[in-house]
Amino acid sequence: MDLAAPLLDYTVRTVTLGTAAVGAVGGVLGAFAVLRRQGLLGDAVSHAALPGVALAFLLTGSKDLPVLAAGAAIAGWAGSLVVLRVVRSPRVKEDAGLGIVLSTFFGLGLVLLTFIQRSGDAAQAGLDRFLFGQAATLLESDVRTVTGVGAVAIVLVLLLWKEFKLVSFDPGFAAGIGLPVRALDTGLTLLTVAAVVIGLQSVGVVLMSAVLVAPAAAARQWTDRLGPMVWISAGFGAASGAAGALLSSTVDRLPTGPAVVLCATAIAAASLAFAPRRGLAWAAVAAWQRRRRIHSEAVLIDMLALESGHATMHHADENAHSAEVLRLGRAGVDPRRTLALLAARGLVRAVGGGFALTDAGRDEAARLRGGDGGAR
Amino acid sequence: MKDADGSLALHVEDLTVAYGERPALWDVDLDVPAGVLMAVLGPNGAGKTTLMKAVLGLVRPVAGRVLVHGRPYAEQRRIVGYVPQRGSVDWDFPTTVLDVVTMGRYASLGWFRSPGAAERKAATDALDEVGMAPFASRHISQLSGGQQQRVFLARALAQDASLYLMDEPFQGVDATTERAIVRVLRDLRSRGRTVVVVHHDLQTVREYFDRVALLNVRRVADGPVSEAFTEENLRAAYGGRTAFVPRDATGPETGDLAASPVRE
Repeated sequence: MDLAAPLLDYTVRTVTLGTAAVGAVGGVLGAFAVLRRQGLLGDAVSHAALPGVALAFLLTGSKDLPVLAAGAAIAGWAGSLVVLRVVRSPRVKEDAGLGIVLSTFFGLGLVLLTFIQRSGDAAQAGLDRFLFGQAATLLESDVRTVTGVGAVAIVLVLLLWKEFKLVSFDPGFAAGIGLPVRALDTGLTLLTVAAVVIGLQSVGVVLMSAVLVAPAAAARQWTDRLGPMVWISAGFGAASGAAGALLSSTVDRLPTGPAVVLCATAIAAASLAFAPRRGLAWAAVAAWQRRRRIHSEAVLIDMLALESGHATMHHADENAHSAEVLRLGRAGVDPRRTLALLAARGLVRAVGGGFALTDAGRDEAARLRGGDGGAR
Repeated sequence: MKDADGSLALHVEDLTVAYGERPALWDVDLDVPAGVLMAVLGPNGAGKTTLMKAVLGLVRPVAGRVLVHGRPYAEQRRIVGYVPQRGSVDWDFPTTVLDVVTMGRYASLGWFRSPGAAERKAATDALDEVGMAPFASRHISQLSGGQQQRVFLARALAQDASLYLMDEPFQGVDATTERAIVRVLRDLRSRGRTVVVVHHDLQTVREYFDRVALLNVRRVADGPVSEAFTEENLRAAYGGRTAFVPRDATGPETGDLAASPVRE
């Protein structure tokens, strides 16, 4: 399957652009949500948006995206308020609160959708695209709405960058210096609602929260700075969105949401495994290298100790020691591989059946034994 | 200290804070003269952190008012520096040491403006004061607990406030950091600044501070260390919950409570 071929089609290009914009905006706001430990807020907002979409349709009879999106935004906003209130209540634990709110809103949404499908004509049934997302249903005007709202959201994030950063990192200090922490909090949540709502048609309510969380979690692996993290997250989101839209336009009846989310989580999994420093593979290699270094330092020091012992006995064979002798020095560690590596570095050389320190190796061992900062 | 009636750096009046049914602070009055180092002492749950948060407007008091240099706190936010407990933030947040210290300049920067060379200079100077300049470009997760504390202190210094509130700055820090903090505190005092510190180590009170406030939901006592830091007052503040009894007025010994961590 050639993923690029559908791009020749104008409609597919439009749809892909729209979904990429959804991913990019989700990536930006998702980065802040993840850092504020509110990754699940996106879940609550998107599930709460479903009854909003249904009610907006029931009240207006319109299927235009701006109308439905407005309903979604209001309901999503209400959902986030309920979640924040329930979470702050000392009587309900956070996970329980999220679970209750999320499923209640979603259940309500499904009931309303069923009611619409039963009562209306077939043309009205299209609302179920909001469940799993169908990017192909995006019109050019929808894409304009999506990119417009997304651009406004990103400009606001840029304008309030340092305030959002401080509120996310240390709200106590932010309040201490007089920042309106509650208003900024609300602002970030509203922007997150916007990011979710513009993704409802293409990604769907069920999986939209993954578009917020997965690119952000992946981006965190690659950098230790907020700026790069946010833009890497945006890039990952855009790439997932575009790839998901192309996949769903290529494979018949594949909803866009699952395709986007699978792309995003693939990026996240790869980042968790292979990113430098924070990646699992990197950590394993670093641990192995550390062990190796400590072994080789220990062997060098042992050889120096043995050598000084031999020197007093005037041994003839140039202080060569077999691997077996060295093994006695450090129980449980086979020094043969280490000796080979040390030989490659020119610190030891093979003599007869054993190994002896070179002049460089002797200096290095003396330095290590002296402990003058040689450990690093 | 530009105000005419600014001889009191901090004036707290009838301050009452309640979490649910339980009062955390009850009718607390407290005066802190300008240019002193003051320790706030009291057992776990005495309301020490709550006092700081109420002064800063982070928790809403049921009653009472707070004046900073003679004027309501809301008008004086910029001249009040706050050093939160270092456990209150996520040290894996993607940011560098210099970046955190630069946050101390945000209040004077104002909206929509990003920090520039002047802010970075101020932050670097503040880092230098706490002996952390070589760590400027490190990621904050690479710091020890004591180094984290010094970064928070540097951030407050960069703010250039006139009244500082510090929540347990000595909690779990190494000897180097403790010396660095004490040096900074004395330096602040010599520049006429006022510092109020939530403190636990009763042993160091006489050495580090000019004044103490003893708190146990109500204010038990406050005043110069020589007058207020007495066996009788300590007993009243800590109640029967402590084995600590200062043997004499010059060198109290520290009981177990110095080591007990406090979280409210």
